[in-house]
Amino acid sequence: MNGARIRALVLRYTFLYTRSIPRVAELFFWPIMDLFVWGYVTLYLQRLYSNQQTSPAGMGVITFLLGAMIFWDILYRAQQGTTLAFLEDIWARNLLNIFVAPIRISEFIVATYLVSLVRIMITVSVLVALAWFLYSFNLFTLGFSLIPLFVNLLLMGWAMGMVTTGLIMRWGQASEALAWGVPFLVQPLAAVFYPVDVLPVWIQPVAWVIPATHVFEGMRAVLRGDGLPVHHLVWALALNAIYLVAAAWYLRFMYQSAREKGLLAKLGTQ
Amino acid sequence: MSELVVQVEHLRKEFNGTVAVEDVSFTVRRGEIVGLLGANGAGKTTTIQVLLGLTTLTRGTVRVFGQDFERHRVEILQRCNFSSAYTALPANLKVWENLLVFAKLYQVRDHRTRTDELLRLFEIAHLRKKITGHLSSGESTRVNLCKALLNEPELLLLDEPTASLDPNIADKVRKILRRIQRERGITMIYTSHNMRDVEEVCDRVLFLHQGRIIAEGTPQEVIAKFNQKSLEEVFITVARSGDLLATEEAR
Repeated sequence: MNGARIRALVLRYTFLYTRSIPRVAELFFWPIMDLFVWGYVTLYLQRLYSNQQTSPAGMGVITFLLGAMIFWDILYRAQQGTTLAFLEDIWARNLLNIFVAPIRISEFIVATYLVSLVRIMITVSVLVALAWFLYSFNLFTLGFSLIPLFVNLLLMGWAMGMVTTGLIMRWGQASEALAWGVPFLVQPLAAVFYPVDVLPVWIQPVAWVIPATHVFEGMRAVLRGDGLPVHHLVWALALNAIYLVAAAWYLRFMYQSAREKGLLAKLGTQ
Repeated sequence: MSELVVQVEHLRKEFNGTVAVEDVSFTVRRGEIVGLLGANGAGKTTTIQVLLGLTTLTRGTVRVFGQDFERHRVEILQRCNFSSAYTALPANLKVWENLLVFAKLYQVRDHRTRTDELLRLFEIAHLRKKITGHLSSGESTRVNLCKALLNEPELLLLDEPTASLDPNIADKVRKILRRIQRERGITMIYTSHNMRDVEEVCDRVLFLHQGRIIAEGTPQEVIAKFNQKSLEEVFITVARSGDLLATEEAR
């Protein structure tokens, strides 16, 4: 892997994202809208709890929603970072210029990882500040647990991003909607806004093979004050390791398949 | 005898059972400009795509700079470049930003000087700070050509480079390409439907029809072989009766 080429690709995405007002707005607009909706739903539910004089612990549980919303955004943006970078080159009819340059597919992917990491840091910083300012919700109450939880969401998002990119490479722009849709396929099972035991018993084993499920369960445990359950962390890391290797293999396979079928060239000139 | 830059032997490419290129063999020597000609669907673009690694081959071998393409893809691409009328650079970046990104991708030393030199060569130095998406198609094509020459490629693949240019600019571009080839000995593979382009620029042409080479030689040799007055007439003859010619060639 060549660092200079990765830096060149990162520079390209930096120019791209800073030159486009819609892309800069997209970094903030949708996450902030989500924060407003979930924040006010939280406030409403807190008011209901207060009226019914439910225990303060119950009120604390509701703040899970805000934490979950911010964490979900990390996963979503990690997946999008990889996929949208590929789509940007298709939309710009620049894909051929990139793929006839002396870059390896691994360098392309690493560059998209780095760019998505920066984008996530920017968005999450804004969300954390707004959540604290508007709803007095402090994500940093998660303490050092925040780091492994964040890393696991990032890894899962990147794995999903590689799979989505592979699908677009193979099936073309017709499958473009997957860039936005794939994360929502796992959302109901990843127990983002509710615990796994709410799900029907027969589907819970499926939920537990999703790394994000362990992250969201872990987050709720920390917010409850139970500390970070190590077994959730180990499971999330192990599953992510498996999925990242499988996703990288899948992307490589799809890249070769797209070359065999001449699809890269078609995608690049559509 | 000058070095062989491209060696294609018995190239065959199938897409889902449809043969796009069949038993194509040719070589390109250092400093040559070779035109790939043929009607739509003749196999020129597939051949170029195989040479760039965008498409794998079904059978045969492709060696560039004496190396097997599949094994040495990155090293080979570092010494090549490509420009096509059908690709673009990101529209919302400024011209200098696009060129900077590609200069860094190709690890061009002293990229600032190189970029300025190329922008001046193509008479577009005044566009340096313009947004690429605001350029005319002729200006965009010239920026694409600057990108294609950034790394001082030893092998340049050009897919209809003058397709969107007015006759004046097209003429200038042809002259520039010729000049660069003379001064720096760049090897070029050139596809175009503009036969005047080909006659003026190419040292040698390969006529493809239905995936096979049916004629090869200097433009004058090919014109004489088909007993026509110009490459354009040859092109029309091949396009209309290529099957017959291909059969004769095979005999």
